[in-house]
Amino acid sequence: MTLKTIADLFFIGSTILYIISMISYIFYLFMQKHTIEQKAFALISFGFIFHVLSICLGVLKTGSLPVHNLSESLSITGLALAGVFIGFKYKFNLKILGIFVSPLIVIIMIAAFSLPKTLLAEVSILKGFWLILHIFLIFTGEAALGLACGIGILYLLQEKAIKNKKRGFFYKRLPSLDFLDSSGYSCIIIGFTLLTAGLITGLIYAKLIWGQFWSWDPKEIWSALTWFLYAALLHGRLTTGWQGKKSAIIAILGFIVIIFTFLGVNFLIGGHHQVFTK
Amino acid sequence: MLEIVLIGINHKTSSVELREKLSFTYEEIENGLKKLLEKKDIKEALIFSTCNRTEILFVVFPDRKNKDIVKKFLGEYKKISIYKFQDALYTYNGDDAVRHIFRVASSLDSMIIGEPQILGQIKDAYKIAVANNSSKVILNRLLHKSFSIAKKVRRETGIGDNAVSISYAALELANKIFNDLSTKNVMLLGAGEMAELALEHLISCNVKKTIIANRTFENAVKLAKKFNGQAVKFEERENMLLDVDIIISSTGATDYVLTAHQVKKAMSSRKNKSIFFIDIAVPRNIDPAINQISNSYLYDIDDLHNIVDNNMEERKKKAIQGERLVEEAVIKFRQWMANLKLVPTIVAIKKKIELITQIETEKTLANMQNISQKDINAIKRMTQAIGKKIMHDPILFLKNTGEHRDDYKYLNFARHFFNIDDTQLKISKGHNKNG
Repeated sequence: MTLKTIADLFFIGSTILYIISMISYIFYLFMQKHTIEQKAFALISFGFIFHVLSICLGVLKTGSLPVHNLSESLSITGLALAGVFIGFKYKFNLKILGIFVSPLIVIIMIAAFSLPKTLLAEVSILKGFWLILHIFLIFTGEAALGLACGIGILYLLQEKAIKNKKRGFFYKRLPSLDFLDSSGYSCIIIGFTLLTAGLITGLIYAKLIWGQFWSWDPKEIWSALTWFLYAALLHGRLTTGWQGKKSAIIAILGFIVIIFTFLGVNFLIGGHHQVFTK
Repeated sequence: MLEIVLIGINHKTSSVELREKLSFTYEEIENGLKKLLEKKDIKEALIFSTCNRTEILFVVFPDRKNKDIVKKFLGEYKKISIYKFQDALYTYNGDDAVRHIFRVASSLDSMIIGEPQILGQIKDAYKIAVANNSSKVILNRLLHKSFSIAKKVRRETGIGDNAVSISYAALELANKIFNDLSTKNVMLLGAGEMAELALEHLISCNVKKTIIANRTFENAVKLAKKFNGQAVKFEERENMLLDVDIIISSTGATDYVLTAHQVKKAMSSRKNKSIFFIDIAVPRNIDPAINQISNSYLYDIDDLHNIVDNNMEERKKKAIQGERLVEEAVIKFRQWMANLKLVPTIVAIKKKIELITQIETEKTLANMQNISQKDINAIKRMTQAIGKKIMHDPILFLKNTGEHRDDYKYLNFARHFFNIDDTQLKISKGHNKNG
């Protein structure tokens, strides 16, 4: 067996584990059994380990980070999401978030699996310390902001239930508004910090490769926009108290912009990030 | 054979006056148990008394007209004529008694279905019985089973999950809005009885600070002293909105004491931190438009009543599921009781020994190649004989434990000694694997 087949096997294994984890989370949503949630979390953790192994083997084989095409970039996104979720679960123990995260990871993994695997980006530009740091920071940061979006959705569900005095399916299953708000806020702070650092390392890398920090690449522009949106959210929260519902809506909007920056810009507009997501 | 019997009265069959007359204090239970056990045919007993019920659970020989002994005891001990309470008294035998105690422990027989205190009360009664040595083989098992069925019903049906009183419903909502009530301040508008009641539950959750505002300042001070809070003038209520997170209102005012405009102003000063209004006054004290303001939530008395009614309905539905779980447990208990009889026990012990000798002999013979069929038969006969000889005396003893001994105690001991309730299955499974 070549390294590549082993890496592929690990990839498939992790996808299967993610899928079973998702199914367990759905069961947990309906049955509210603590043991089911524990199993779902264990499954997603094992999926994460398999996924890490698969990507490590990929790195060993090509000698560069596996972001050569959309398939690989998506796989890294899924990995970041799983990793951030696992870390977040340890910190806040927000079990219900698995309902949001696990299907998202599964969709990403299946998309990554079914997309063509030809290497598009030149291997040579995918090397070097700054780039690795850039990719690591951006993906983890965006995963944290993705969680913030998920928490924002949960917040709006719960807020609506309490406000309209109609306690539906989710009311019992969701934690308090305060808790959702503050954990969403932590996600945004973590995500924003990583995103900022990721953009800075990106600038440094651009200077090293292309000789200039900023080249008005569409992805650069949209990333800056994203950054400003979250900066505005944090500023608003600190000064005028954009708490609760407003904060939740902006977290969701912000993530939609991120998805557009990740996919839309490349498909619709183009630019030098394009190859990574083709 | 022994029978489980339960007599008692509860909130459904009797008035408060009668229940008061028949209720037992801790000391009365201790002495009562001693008196009951002095009676020759009563083997075990437990007395259980709460404000909603008094019940005596006991184990007797059913064939000797023992049912009335305890009824008589109850009348004599509580100094009340039997005629006064016999209409309210219910008597359950065997399965019915088992079912009743399971239902009571699971809170299916309670005035408020699913209320959690009852299990603790039964546990306390059981502790007294154990301490006085009046709970033995049968009641020990029955009570332990009732604790586990109660927990199972609670866990599997979620019967106690939702609040069924106004103040608990308000508390439950507060917990869905705020993460940690111990960091939140509460303000009470009005110092009436209703307000006091609502506050009690919140205080038990250790809120950070309690503020009481009342038109008559003196009453506010009085109540503040009681709850270790702070009294403020009624006019200060608007300013206090910056500091407090939960507002409970129950004044006698005929118009709104807090308006949407006031709250809107306060919200920007408190940086939109969530605020929760509970309006239990009729007519309403708090402007309903406040619920439209972002991060501000208002529930009035009707909203809370709705929650309570819905939750009560839900509990009734869950109780049906609970009854099924109880029924399963009753059947299991019946089987255990039946096994306390002599013949099934002896058969089970014999079977176990036979199975062990058979399995071990076959295992050994399988490894011996140069052995004739005749020898094989001889070895088999020998091992069977060893098993039979070993069991001869113990079985003889079980068949005749003597005049004054409690048969069921020895039978239960024998079942434990040979572990026949659990291992039957394991051995036969092992046998299949080897064979």
